[in-house]
Amino acid sequence: MNPVAIGIALLVAVALAMALGVALGWAASRIEPDADSLVERIDALLPQTQCGQCLYPGCRPYAAAIASGEADIDRCPPGGDSTLRALAALLDRAPRPLDPAFGAPKPAQVAWIVEERCIGCALCLPACPVDAIVGASRQMHTVIAAQCTGCELCLPPCPVDCIELRAAPATSLRHHQPRAA
Amino acid sequence: MAARPTFPAGLALDAHKQQACGTPIIELSLPPQVTLALDQGSGYSAEPVVTVGDSVAMGTLVARADHPFASALHSPLAGNVVAIESREAAVEGGRNVCIVIENDGSGRIDDRVRPVATALSLSPEELVHRLRDAGIAGLGGAGFPTATKLNSARASGAQTLVLNGAECEPWICCDDAVMRSAADDVVRGALLLQRAAGAGRCLIAIEDDKPAAIAAVAGAIERQRDAAQRDDALTLAVISAVYPQGAERQLITAVAGIEVPSGSLPAAAGVICQNVATAVAVARWAAYGEPILSRVVTVTGSGVEHPCNVRAPIGTPLSALIAAAGGYRSTPLRLIAGGSMTGRALPSDDVGLTKAMNCVLVATPDDVGSRLGAVEMPCIRCGDCANVCPAGLLPQQLHRAALADAHDAMHELGMRDCIDCGLCDYVCPSQIPLAARFRDARRRLNAAEATAQKAAHARERHELRTRRLQEAATAEQQAFESVRNRARQPDDDPAGGNR
Amino acid sequence: MRFDTSPAPHVIAGYTVPRVMFQVLFALVPAGIAHVALFGPGLLLQLSVASVTALLAEAAALRWRGRDAAPALRDGSVLVTAFLLAFSIPPLLPWWLGALGTALAVLLGKHVFGGLGQNPFNPAMVGYAILLVSFPAEMTRWPMPLDVDGTHTWPELARMSFAGFYGADLTARWDGYTGATALDAIRNGLGMRYTLPELLGRGDIAGTFGARGFAWINLAALAGGLYLMTRRIVRWHIPLAVLGGLLVPSFIAHGLDSGIALGPTMQAFSGATMLSAFFIATDPVSAATSDRGRLWYGAGIGLIAWIIRTWGGYPDGFAFAVLLMNLAVPFIDRYTVPRIYGRRP
Repeated sequence: MNPVAIGIALLVAVALAMALGVALGWAASRIEPDADSLVERIDALLPQTQCGQCLYPGCRPYAAAIASGEADIDRCPPGGDSTLRALAALLDRAPRPLDPAFGAPKPAQVAWIVEERCIGCALCLPACPVDAIVGASRQMHTVIAAQCTGCELCLPPCPVDCIELRAAPATSLRHHQPRAA
Repeated sequence: MAARPTFPAGLALDAHKQQACGTPIIELSLPPQVTLALDQGSGYSAEPVVTVGDSVAMGTLVARADHPFASALHSPLAGNVVAIESREAAVEGGRNVCIVIENDGSGRIDDRVRPVATALSLSPEELVHRLRDAGIAGLGGAGFPTATKLNSARASGAQTLVLNGAECEPWICCDDAVMRSAADDVVRGALLLQRAAGAGRCLIAIEDDKPAAIAAVAGAIERQRDAAQRDDALTLAVISAVYPQGAERQLITAVAGIEVPSGSLPAAAGVICQNVATAVAVARWAAYGEPILSRVVTVTGSGVEHPCNVRAPIGTPLSALIAAAGGYRSTPLRLIAGGSMTGRALPSDDVGLTKAMNCVLVATPDDVGSRLGAVEMPCIRCGDCANVCPAGLLPQQLHRAALADAHDAMHELGMRDCIDCGLCDYVCPSQIPLAARFRDARRRLNAAEATAQKAAHARERHELRTRRLQEAATAEQQAFESVRNRARQPDDDPAGGNR
Repeated sequence: MRFDTSPAPHVIAGYTVPRVMFQVLFALVPAGIAHVALFGPGLLLQLSVASVTALLAEAAALRWRGRDAAPALRDGSVLVTAFLLAFSIPPLLPWWLGALGTALAVLLGKHVFGGLGQNPFNPAMVGYAILLVSFPAEMTRWPMPLDVDGTHTWPELARMSFAGFYGADLTARWDGYTGATALDAIRNGLGMRYTLPELLGRGDIAGTFGARGFAWINLAALAGGLYLMTRRIVRWHIPLAVLGGLLVPSFIAHGLDSGIALGPTMQAFSGATMLSAFFIATDPVSAATSDRGRLWYGAGIGLIAWIIRTWGGYPDGFAFAVLLMNLAVPFIDRYTVPRIYGRRP
């Protein structure tokens, strides 16, 4: 039980640990994840509603903002809890609840143009981020339900408030039911 | 004991079939009312072509199959349509729109029901077309439209037709009864199906615990040998009585030695499977022009007095079937459409018989008490589940992935390859309800995939729109600039001047 | 008539966890009888202490975790841990050491990881390893087995066992009656440059087919293990692989130099070989998942045990071999996933 030997062993161990720790930290700071691919990966997790509730003009700009650290991950109500957790897992952060300042999650919805009230002004067409409204000036407008993401961007431009939101038809995974005659 | 061909893993289960197979098939008379569900088991509904108050005859088309996975429906009795409304049915979700027809006692047969004399000389395409119109669907339990399957077989150039007479699930013995009593129809139907599928050879697969059926079918094959195109076109294949021998992929491996690639249909591997009862239905159609109006169903379980096989019209309330089997005995606990391993428990015996229902199991605590009294414990990683899985999966790991809702892990571990046979659930010493968990997990996987597809679609449309707006803006900018340039330098333009 | 509904399948086979566990306990009876016949009733004392401690520790742990204790106590899994630990430790161990080992096995080996089904390590071996490393002297003192002629009688063994159980200092009065196990003696002897034939011929180390005393326990454990295999509680993969991993290198080494390397028969019927192969390594929770994985897992255990027995500082290597291979199980599982039907390997 040589005290000198023990002291030397301790010193060597501590020095080794410190050196390795510094080396690891330096390596972590040098090896950045490829910025572009990170944006792609974040965008792949977002629901693509393109609604702008996150205060960015679409899902891709929001993904870029998350990647650059400008925005936090809790701003997407259409994505809800599952998107939040997936983003947290991707970016290695603690999961957190949705920030209510950016809106509340809603059940899947599609826009529906009430045809009796539509005046054919075509103001809603450019508002749709996925071009899901068909129509032309002074022709009846209609929303293609299969393309509609429920983002609600078409509601403000309508001068006669003829667009309403309805529950999206349930994605029939196997069972196809007709309406009763 | 000679080893019969089979697939890896699986388990030999107690059959419980002697009870019902002892007596000849009972022919049930037409009931006072039939309830025809628009979804006859395939998961897709037909579209009604009659309305309330219409008068129909036996064999009249009452619902048209618009979707390739739905099958046409014909009235099994003569009478009046009294209702078309949502009722309890043997489908996922428990309810389905049903056409209810009341018997007027006339027994009228529709004029269009006529024997098809030249069935064997019809072209395959025409044959398939007529089978679709007759509403022929898989009577082995899935109710899948036969015409759709035959078309996909022809498109893939399938060369082998396998007739599934395995009937591996406990309690069910309707196919056994059909093979014993109508073996000639089985063979005639097989030849027609072979022609419709364009298959060069046909194998009739029967499990070795049905010696009477094997003898009957072998005899029928001998008698009809001259109708076959080649000498070896129609052969009998006797296979081991192991559950789930009758599952499509496992059966194909056992009789044809082919493994169907994961994610693709048997047709892609050159094989098409049809149930023996479907073959009999095809033969009856050729002989009488009869669309599917009835089927043989096993009514069994410790909860009925006299288990038996019954030929009953489609849409017959299950209560009538149970009455034909002598009525209820003791206190039944479950009414199961199907066998004990994969059958669907029904809430009421008013539900109508469907094309896909091959068994009505009235179960008492003796039959199902073990499952109902089970207390779930944590998984002890014993591996019994993996030892019996016929798909080569690791249910132990799938269970952990399902509990964690880890979609990538579930895909990798083969959740989609699970055939839902229930064997892992059956053997688990911790009595974990694996089959139900996996069904739920598959639903969630499908939902997630549907959402992801919708999102990808929305992303694509958004990108197209962004590009369209950019191009429009660029074109506008260019047009503006060209006009501005011309306005600034008119002298340099040789062809310019006043415009 | 209306019915309740429930999902398919509507039947189960009826195997339960308690049934599996109690079959394992039943299969240990032959080995227990051999143990008591050759080493005295100490095993019974250790079994009592271990069983009581295990049940108490499990109940306490579940209470702390806020879970219902009754179903877990009824399933018998903690009793299997207690029994296996009791079989592994010397029968002369003071009662508080047996209790300590069992409590550590249940708490640190099982409940700290989440209880039944969650432990990555074999709980009995965790308890055993902690005891072995912390109390090396007590853990390596075994009585001389009765099949060594002229040492003592069974009643004397009984008195010794009780003395040890109540913590008496065994060196004082029983020194000539206790000592190292056969494997331990061989290791010491080889270290002192004796050759194997000399050691094996001494009469107090080896019997007709294996180590003194332990040969019969191993034989009985083999019988119990084969019984479990016929009842399909244990499948052949792990036991065969463990024995293969141990006996194949020993066969080769014995062939190369029988002066210093034990032959397969001695290896198979000494120490905890058969107990480990059929009862300890086969603990399903900490073993590999697939059949192919279990073969690698068992082979690794046998090989590491052989290495420790040949060159290591401990006489019997199975406890550490099992724990080391438990560490390797996630790696083995990752690379031995069985082929899914329809997918190319």
